[in-house]
Amino acid sequence: MYKIVYKKSLNAAVTMMDIQAPLVAKKAQPGQFIILRVDENGERIPLTIAGYNRNEGTVRIIFQIVGSTTAKLNQKSEGESIADFVGPLGTPTHTEGLKKVCIVGGGVGCAIALPVAQKLHDMGCEVHAIIGFRNKDLLILEDEFKAASDRLTIMTDDGSYGKQGVVTVPLKEAIEAGENYDQVIAIGPLIMMKFVVATTKPYGVKTIVSMNPIMIDGTGMCGGCRLTVGGETKFACVDGPDFDGFAVDFDEAMQRSAIYRDFEKHAYEKTCNLFSKEVE
Amino acid sequence: MAANMNPKKNPMPSQPPEVRAHNFQEVATGYTKDTAIDEAMRCLGCKHMPCVSGCPVNIHIPAFIAKIKEGEFEEAYQIIAQSSSLPAVCGRVCPQENQCEKHCVRGIKGEPVGIGRLERFVADWHNTYVQDPPMRPEPNGYKVAVIGAGPAGLACAGDLAKKGYQVTIFEALHTPGGVLVYGIPEFRLPKSIVRREVDALRALGGEIQTNVVVGKTITTDELLHEMGFDAVFIGSGAGLPRFMGIPGEFLKGVYSANEYLTRSNLMRAYQENSDTPIIRAKRVAVVGGGNVAMDAARTALRLGAEKVYIVYRRSMEELPARYEEVEHAMEEGVEMLLLTNPTEILGYNNPEDKRDPRNGFVTGLRCVKMELGEPDERGRRTPVEIPDSEITVDVDAVIMAIGTSPNPLIKNTTSGLEVNARGGIVVTEETGATSMERVYAGGDAVTGAATVILAMGAGKTAASAIDMYLQGLEK
Repeated sequence: MYKIVYKKSLNAAVTMMDIQAPLVAKKAQPGQFIILRVDENGERIPLTIAGYNRNEGTVRIIFQIVGSTTAKLNQKSEGESIADFVGPLGTPTHTEGLKKVCIVGGGVGCAIALPVAQKLHDMGCEVHAIIGFRNKDLLILEDEFKAASDRLTIMTDDGSYGKQGVVTVPLKEAIEAGENYDQVIAIGPLIMMKFVVATTKPYGVKTIVSMNPIMIDGTGMCGGCRLTVGGETKFACVDGPDFDGFAVDFDEAMQRSAIYRDFEKHAYEKTCNLFSKEVE
Repeated sequence: MAANMNPKKNPMPSQPPEVRAHNFQEVATGYTKDTAIDEAMRCLGCKHMPCVSGCPVNIHIPAFIAKIKEGEFEEAYQIIAQSSSLPAVCGRVCPQENQCEKHCVRGIKGEPVGIGRLERFVADWHNTYVQDPPMRPEPNGYKVAVIGAGPAGLACAGDLAKKGYQVTIFEALHTPGGVLVYGIPEFRLPKSIVRREVDALRALGGEIQTNVVVGKTITTDELLHEMGFDAVFIGSGAGLPRFMGIPGEFLKGVYSANEYLTRSNLMRAYQENSDTPIIRAKRVAVVGGGNVAMDAARTALRLGAEKVYIVYRRSMEELPARYEEVEHAMEEGVEMLLLTNPTEILGYNNPEDKRDPRNGFVTGLRCVKMELGEPDERGRRTPVEIPDSEITVDVDAVIMAIGTSPNPLIKNTTSGLEVNARGGIVVTEETGATSMERVYAGGDAVTGAATVILAMGAGKTAASAIDMYLQGLEK
């Protein structure tokens, strides 16, 4: 069992937890992920690592309540435990030699982008961060990004905070204004990453994306997380989750991500009904 | 006692096909005491013991069968246990027809003695009626790390624990058992049997740490140099599934057999209370002809499929699956599309509406018919495409069961571990020793996809080599 030592709600739909997992904390690097199971009948879900404290032996996860499993996880309180927590899986984000980087985060993807930004910032790389949310209520980690970047741009779809618009607008402006990024690192919904790549590609700015496909074991056994990258089949769990954005087939990945949409909707409703009954 | 000269084996009592095709309970229900004795009487107790030469772990077969004839089932069990770590498992999943039973003298003029069925009977009898006394040998002061709690790792750990080694198994998944829990379905190997084996290891003092991925959470080098283990056994099993590289493999409803079986077995997606989803397809094509393909096909039936095909490019004769599994599958209604090779997986596409939720789901499998050509260098006849023989099978799921390639995690993170061109760990066959001192390996991580008994045998071989090596250090 893995104890939840800290829990904080970042907004109505996003929760942060620190999990006691010393072996994972000892090895974790930005860009890697873990797989967890809430309870005995739970499914295994991958979550990218949002931070870690090697001294305390804790690993930070930040998740959006989107389905049955994340709803069950969110029901757990500080001091309670979850059944399984394994990692760190996947390859860490490559940061060596980078001097100037633009980090683009979307929604809960910002939670994963943050440790990458922090690492780059700590190594003296110039970090520009662009983070986008649907609206002000969904904004997370503003202070943390301020501290980890040399320039922070916040975008909201409805203009309720920061500037109104999508993340690719300031990204394009920056590139056109002559910001010579060594690399753009985009982490967020598939559709956002697809459009970031569409923005950077004409300028030839190398773009790394973090893929989060359906996965079970996460150790290179089941093959569920396969993607087409540069015309080849790659497995996000062992070859990724970071990939060259120019080479990823996003349309295929988006289609595959919806395999269990009906099942998940049904399971989520069932879970929510169960919780609301418990409240009554 | 006169031998029973019936040319036929006592049939294995089984659930009727039309019933079992819709449940996950074990298909074969096992011999009764009387049937077991009757079957044992068919054994002639040959002095030259041809059957033993066919057993990868050299079980003293005529000796244990002789004990069954006398009704001394526990003594029979003890004889098997001298050579095998997992009799209840191997009695069920071993390909006996290619091993012990292939060499049985009774097989010349009839059917061989049902050695596998007798092994299973004896193991089940022991598990039902005998409580193993808690036996914790005196610790000998050595620590051994075992990577992977599958058949190889469990066998290696069990043998070492019995000799007083302090053994720790590191298992990547949340449940120990490896392929016995994620791969082989409940209806062929009940998970309670695997749990019992795991509990027995714990009773011997063996420790199992789940959720530890060696190569990620910890490395082999750390086990040896920082964590104080005197030796390491790598039994990390098979790796990434192979796909055919045909169009449509990314459509929704295309699974690797590993994924499909893991969802159903390990994650228990077949049970109502499981949170893990699985597509409950009505028409399923399984590509491949091995035991894994049969398991996937029969699982699909039990998950509610109305029509299940096995698509295999060679003929019945070359089918690598056990005859018994093929027979079971066909009895349950699986249709064999032999000499048939897939060329494309077809999917739904509504050009009018990009948001149509049916888009991207599998609708069919396009195949060509094959004929067998000249034998290749290994003597297997190569299938050749017959021109203009295209067929399309209507299905809503396709499961690829065409093998795996070794897992790269340990190889990539262990300096000095030699692997062959296919990615398998190189070992000395007699000992399981790798290119690294104090590091041994066995099972699918070495051989690529093979059988439970071979993995178990490799685990035992390595255990004995590790024992000799560490005891030799003292002298």
